[in-house]
Amino acid sequence: MSRIWDVEHECMPREELEQLQLERLQATLNRAYKNVTCYRNKFKELGILPEDIHSLAELTKLPFTTKDDLRLNYPYGMFAVPLREVVRIHASSGTTGKATVVGYTKNDIKTWSNLVARFMTAAGVTHDDVVQITFGYGLFTGAFGLHYGAETIGASVIPTSSGNTDKQIAIMQDYRSTVLVGTPSYALTIADRMEQVGIDPKTLALRVGLFGGEPWSEAMRREIESRLFISATDNYGLSEIIGPGVAGDCSYKDGMHLAEDTFLAEIIDPESCRVLPPGSVGELVLTTLTKEALPLIRYRTRDITSLDYSPCPCGRTTVRMKKTMGRSDDMLIIKGVNVFPSQIEEVLFAIEGCRPHYQIVVDKKGAMDLLEVDIEVTENIFFDEMKRQRRFLEMVEKKLTSTLGVGATVRLVEPGRIPRHEGKAVRVVDKRQKG
Amino acid sequence: MLRLKNINTYYGQVHALRNVSLHLAKGEIVTLIGANGAGKTSLLNTLSAITPARSGEIHFQGEGIGTLPPDRIVELGISHVPEGRQVFKPLSVEDNLELGAYLRYRKKEKIAIRQDLEMIYELFPRLRERRKQMAGTLSGGEQQMLAIGRALMARPKLLLLDEPSMGLAPLVVQEIFRVIENLRREKGTTVLLVEQNAKAALALADRGYVLETGKMILEGVASELLENREVQRAYLGKEKKEIWER
Repeated sequence: MSRIWDVEHECMPREELEQLQLERLQATLNRAYKNVTCYRNKFKELGILPEDIHSLAELTKLPFTTKDDLRLNYPYGMFAVPLREVVRIHASSGTTGKATVVGYTKNDIKTWSNLVARFMTAAGVTHDDVVQITFGYGLFTGAFGLHYGAETIGASVIPTSSGNTDKQIAIMQDYRSTVLVGTPSYALTIADRMEQVGIDPKTLALRVGLFGGEPWSEAMRREIESRLFISATDNYGLSEIIGPGVAGDCSYKDGMHLAEDTFLAEIIDPESCRVLPPGSVGELVLTTLTKEALPLIRYRTRDITSLDYSPCPCGRTTVRMKKTMGRSDDMLIIKGVNVFPSQIEEVLFAIEGCRPHYQIVVDKKGAMDLLEVDIEVTENIFFDEMKRQRRFLEMVEKKLTSTLGVGATVRLVEPGRIPRHEGKAVRVVDKRQKG
Repeated sequence: MLRLKNINTYYGQVHALRNVSLHLAKGEIVTLIGANGAGKTSLLNTLSAITPARSGEIHFQGEGIGTLPPDRIVELGISHVPEGRQVFKPLSVEDNLELGAYLRYRKKEKIAIRQDLEMIYELFPRLRERRKQMAGTLSGGEQQMLAIGRALMARPKLLLLDEPSMGLAPLVVQEIFRVIENLRREKGTTVLLVEQNAKAALALADRGYVLETGKMILEGVASELLENREVQRAYLGKEKKEIWER
C-alpha cells in the first residue's frame, strides 16, 4: 500500500474538512469580489454580496464562471493580483477555440506542486523513482505540473517532453525510467512502436504510468497495463483550475480522489444548470479555495463525471470522481439519444484487436442524423478476404448499436489518417452545425 | 477545538465583523493579522463574550458557547490577555496573579493555585522578584508578562493574546514569544494570537488568517502567508519599491 503525501488534508474528518472549505470559500469570495471586476459585476447582477454565503450549501446562490468569461477577459482580466505578483503564465491548449490565459503566484506554484505530489504518491511514486515526462513543455500545464510534483517528492525527473517515440524508448531503456508520464494514447503509441521494433516491455524498469490530459476508458487502462506491464493510473486537472492535481487515482483505482481542501466540487445538469444529488452523472463544476492569482467561482469544467462520497479503503476521506466520460460539449445528440464518445471507445476496446485511434463523424442526411465511426486499421483487423472484413465490420456495428441505442456505420481507414492535435487525437467531428 | 462560523459583530451601528469563520485545532498556534480597525480585537472580544456576536456560531470543544457570559467562558478554559495588558495597577503582582484564579477559589483549589503561582514564577522569574511590588510600577514588558501570567492562572486550554508585542522593545518581544512557544510545547496550550507585528507572529504561528475591514480574506499556513505579497505589502510594512526591486 502506498503512502499518503498530506495525511492532514487527504484524510480529514468530513466535519473538519467542511469547516476549512467554508473558511476558504468565504476568503476566496471576499478576494474575488474585491479584486476581480468580472466577479463584482456578476455579484451585482444577482444582487448578492460575498457575505451572503453562510454555508457550503449556499454555493448555489453564486454565479457560474465559464471559459467564455476567461475569453472575454483575455488575457489578464480575471487575475486577482497585480501582474508583478504572478510568477508563471500558462495558456490552455485551445482545442475548443481561442486560448485562455492562467497565472500563478509563488504560493500557487507551491500549492500545485504539492497537489501533484499527492496523486503521484497515491499512484505509488516515491523518491526512488525515475520519472520520464512525455508531455510537451510549453504553455500546456501538464509537463510542468508533473515535473514539480515529482521534484517535490524527490524523484528523478527526465523532462523528455513530447515526440520522437524512438528516442523516448531509448531513454526509457538506458536511463531505467520507472514512471511514465503522458497521455494514455501516447502510452499505446509507445507500446505499438516497441512491438514494431521488437523491444520486450518486460526488459524495461517501468512500473507506474501516470496518464491524463484526455478521457480514457477502463478498457484502455487494461490494454496499457497488459501491454506495458505497468500500473496505469488516471489523474485529472485543467489549466483554468490549476492544471493536473485536481484529482488522481489511489492504488484501488476506483475513482480519483479530489483535493477537496483546495477545490469545491459540484455536479450539475449541463442543460438546466441545476445541482444534481450525490452520485449523479453530470458536468463537474469546481470552485478554487486557495488560488491567489486566478480564483474561479463555480467554474464549469464541461467534463462529465460523477462523485462518489463513500469511504475508500485507502484511508483518504476525500470524494472520488469517476473517470471523465467526455465533455458536455462533446455530448452528441443523435436521433434524440445522448451519446458520449467514451461509450463508443469502450465498445471499440472491448473488441479484441482494436487500437485506440478512432474518430467519430456525425453528419446529417436530410433530417436524419448519421453516426460514423472511423477506425485506423491495424494488422489485427486487416483481412485479405473481403467476406471476413465485412463480417468484422458488421460485428462492430452491431455492438455499437446495442450499446448506444442508435445505429452507427463503421469504416476502416489507413493508419495515421486520423489527425492528432498536440498529442491529443481529435475524437469527434460534428458536421451538422456547419453550413 | 474552536470553531467559528459566520460571526457578525456590531458596535452600535458599526459592523465590525462580517461573516467571519475560523477554526483552531488543539495545540495549534494561529495568528490573526490585519491592519488597524480590521476587526482583530473585535474577534477576541466576541470570543470571550465581552462584545457578543449578533449572529453566527461559536463551538468550543464541541459545545456551543456563543450565548454564554464571560465568566462561563473563562471557566470552560478560554483566557483572554487584553490589548494594553490591563493589569490592576494599584494591586501587587501576586494579587494580580491570584485574581487570575478568581473562579477557582470557589472550587477549593487553593493548593493547586499555589502550585500554579510557582509555575508562573518559574516561567517569568522577573515576576517573582517583584511579587510584592505594585503592578503599576512595572515596565511595559513586565506588565505584559504579568497579564499573560494572570491569564494562565485560570489554567486555560485556549489562550487569546491581543497584541502582546505592542510598545515593547524587540528583545522583550522575543522573550514573550519564546514563552508562548514553550507553553504550547510543554502544556499543549492552544493559542490565538492577534498581532500588529505580522512578521514575528507568522514566524511563530502554524497557520494564519488575514482580516480586512471585518472580512476574512486569506487563510493559510503561516510560512505561505509570509510569501503572499498582499500580506507583505499591507501588513509587513514593505514598501512598494522594495517589492519591485526584489
